[in-house]
Amino acid sequence: MLEGARVLLLLLALLPGAVAVPAVARAAPAPGTAAPEIAKQLTDVASKDPAVQEAAAMALGKTGNRKILPLLEALREGSVYVHVSRGIRGTVIVGDKVTDGERTLVPLFSAYGREPVTGADGKPLLVELSALEEVSAGRSLRLALRPLIDAFSGQSQLANPDPGVRRAAATKMGNAGDAAATPALAEALGRETDRWARHAMEEALALIGLRSSDDAARAGGAARLGSLRSVNALDRLRDIAADSSTAASVRQAAGEAVKRIERWSLVTTTLELAFQGLSLSSILLLMALGLAIVFGLMGVINMAHGELMALGAYATFVMQGWFQAHLPGSFDYYFLAALPFSFAVAAAAGLVLERGVIRHLYGRPLETLLLTWGVSLIIQQGLRLWFGAANVDVTAPRWLSGGIPVMVGVQLPYNRLFIIGLAAVCVAGMYLLLFRTAAGLRIRAVTQNRGMAACLGVPARRVDAFTFALGAGLAGLAGCALTQIGNVGPELGQNYIVDSFMVVVTGGVGKLLGSILAAVGIGGLNKIIEPSLGAVYGKVLILVAVILFIQRRPSGLFAVKGRHADA
Amino acid sequence: MPTRERWAFLAAGTVLLVVLPVLNALPAESPLRIGDFTLNLFGKFLAYAVLALGIDLIWGYAGVLSLGHGVFFGLGAYAMGMHLMLEIGTQGVYRNALPDFMVWNQVTELPLFWRPFHSGAFTLLAVVAVPAVVAFVFGALAFRSRIRGVYFSIITQALALSAWLMFNRNSLNLGGTNGLSGFKTIFGFALSEPGTQRGLYMATVLCLGGAYLLCRGITGSPAGRVLLAIRDSETRVLFSGYSPAAFKLFVFVVSASLAGVAGALYVPQVGIITPAKIGVLPSIEMIVWVAVGGRGTLLGAVVGAVGVSWLQSVLTTSYPDLWLLVLGGLFIAVVLFFPDGLVGGARRLLGRLEAMRRGALRGRPDTTAMKDAAIERAPR
Repeated sequence: MLEGARVLLLLLALLPGAVAVPAVARAAPAPGTAAPEIAKQLTDVASKDPAVQEAAAMALGKTGNRKILPLLEALREGSVYVHVSRGIRGTVIVGDKVTDGERTLVPLFSAYGREPVTGADGKPLLVELSALEEVSAGRSLRLALRPLIDAFSGQSQLANPDPGVRRAAATKMGNAGDAAATPALAEALGRETDRWARHAMEEALALIGLRSSDDAARAGGAARLGSLRSVNALDRLRDIAADSSTAASVRQAAGEAVKRIERWSLVTTTLELAFQGLSLSSILLLMALGLAIVFGLMGVINMAHGELMALGAYATFVMQGWFQAHLPGSFDYYFLAALPFSFAVAAAAGLVLERGVIRHLYGRPLETLLLTWGVSLIIQQGLRLWFGAANVDVTAPRWLSGGIPVMVGVQLPYNRLFIIGLAAVCVAGMYLLLFRTAAGLRIRAVTQNRGMAACLGVPARRVDAFTFALGAGLAGLAGCALTQIGNVGPELGQNYIVDSFMVVVTGGVGKLLGSILAAVGIGGLNKIIEPSLGAVYGKVLILVAVILFIQRRPSGLFAVKGRHADA
Repeated sequence: MPTRERWAFLAAGTVLLVVLPVLNALPAESPLRIGDFTLNLFGKFLAYAVLALGIDLIWGYAGVLSLGHGVFFGLGAYAMGMHLMLEIGTQGVYRNALPDFMVWNQVTELPLFWRPFHSGAFTLLAVVAVPAVVAFVFGALAFRSRIRGVYFSIITQALALSAWLMFNRNSLNLGGTNGLSGFKTIFGFALSEPGTQRGLYMATVLCLGGAYLLCRGITGSPAGRVLLAIRDSETRVLFSGYSPAAFKLFVFVVSASLAGVAGALYVPQVGIITPAKIGVLPSIEMIVWVAVGGRGTLLGAVVGAVGVSWLQSVLTTSYPDLWLLVLGGLFIAVVLFFPDGLVGGARRLLGRLEAMRRGALRGRPDTTAMKDAAIERAPR
């Protein structure tokens, strides 16, 4: 319906019939022909007298006839012209200009229904722009046109095949609160099948009712909004309940509705909080998984873990660019390719790091910590020099934007759900790897007793390299996932890294379950504290909690049981 | 102190304390004159050296890697900064007795914890005591439960992050992100006067000398031997009947106090303190000073702090993009190739030369033994 926005020329009601000479118009009724009274107004819209013009536009708008919409839009854009042929003046919409040598030609479209005007040869009619008379729309007319066009587009959006669009249109109409929209809404509600669009339409109807002058309708609207748990209406209902000039029945209904909505929003915020906590926990878990397994195995805290994540995120960015350049058609699937790619990039970097430097420092954890910090600075600065210090833009694939509305006022975003799912898959994968494969058996053997494992023929150094690469790859995966919820910049890793260290320290070394519990605990605690204390003091409090916790269990939640005093 | 070291100490002290300030006081046209800016910069580096001595004490000797010393530095610096803010009095932009940023944040009354800082004596006490108390509480909790090694480093890093986050908040009434600045006088002397700056520089040198002697005393004492033993095998020290936690707590507190003093010396010379100086990155930069200079040698800490800071000041002015790469490279190079740092390496080289001269070396030199010897030689 809105495609009329870009182009279009409007021609009078009197469309050219099949006439031999191009640009000849005759009053022959064609598919795009309007009823006589509309035809008069279509002519008047092109009038030089602003009052006549405005009255005609208003009258056209009031008909509610959808075929009028393109004309109104074109009027606002200034693409309406008068086309004179054989002495008959016709209002037309002009389309995009075509240059033909010296001449500027425009295609013509009918004012009613915006259908292409064809010449005698059946081809679209092209007319020289200078041969047309421009219809000017003054400021007051353009202002008057806006609500008319909005009403039209709202109506058409209510019939849009996408439930999201229908929902948004209904919400918009409800917020506007114009009683004129009631019939359209009621009609749309009658044929609506989508639950959430229905909800939005009912809400809009109730909101409109709330604005009416009839007290019974207002009270009814308020009660309806209460039963709909409409958070959108909460402010308005509060105002009404507090306004002493309103009828008592309305105020009472509004007050009850407010209570009802508030009780409901308590439930929804709790749910949302739980979901956010779960989401943060998943992010922490994704990061801590790789860290924890390397720490457990080699006693190495990899300070460059955050930068390996940044590498993964930039790998996603690069993959996105590649898809844009080579496979623009399947752009939405770049993310699927980016997942393994970022894993591979980070794992390769990790392998180089381990083979290159870290293996020389076996048994010197503090030195390794400093060294990996140095590596992290270099990677960070390298990314800054290569990609620039500013954040790069990673577009979410369409299938990850939006979310599932699970109940009124609660929407679970797909990207967060995806991260939770990814974390779950990674944990499951790690579990299978560690406990169901020969490689995992070796990793566990080396973690428990390196010397003994080596004596029994486990290639401890190769296990180290493999595990380090695996941990780095997991960091890359985490970075890839983070592109969907945050900014991608050289400092990406720094935001979460200390938190993920906390997870590792709390969870204990080399224990999958410890990492999971610690991630859920720290992530959840963070989100629980945040609303009351703010993010900063929340973090500080968590640090205190971790320190106190370590008092009780110096080696984390699940210490490897042994008899050595150093454990 | 052996004679040779005593002479070296006195000579270095004379150069730093007498010669450089005199050269600075020369008339402007003299070719030998050291500019005010250079002396000021050097004073800042020497303040860092005080801090580095503290880090060396806890890391180089006791083997405890703290990644949160920026916090203690910041506490000392903010304590001094608060006093200097109050000394501005009504000469600020808003002509108000409150510091400008409070007027800006619409604070109408001086917060309670600011009031004692009107007193210079209290400030000087706080510069040492506040970091010491924080370190005591934090260290007591950490060491008592035998948090050690990497765990301790991670926990202190989290401390640095939390402190940075908190100091950035305006609600803490410490100037938020902009920190404290705009100081006019210190104990009545105008900070813009070259004479005051020279005095501050000399105070820094004296503090550095005092800190050196203090660390020298600690590492040379029987307690210093226990610290080395803790670094090499904490479990054995524990089983020998010592309490490693008590020793570590002691050096941690001393080290934090030195950091606080360094912060207090830094503020009047640089003229500003912001949360950016106390976060995770500055805290770990301090570690690299000691690592480059040579941990386990007090001289190394001083050399490293001055050398690396000087390098940073040169690089960040001429090649700002390079500094982080160089810093990262320094970390890697020092850890991989010069675990003893500049001073340790030089000592090892000298020791080898000496051994060769004496003809005492037969066959392949035993580097491990030499390394141990080099580290042991320093504190004796």
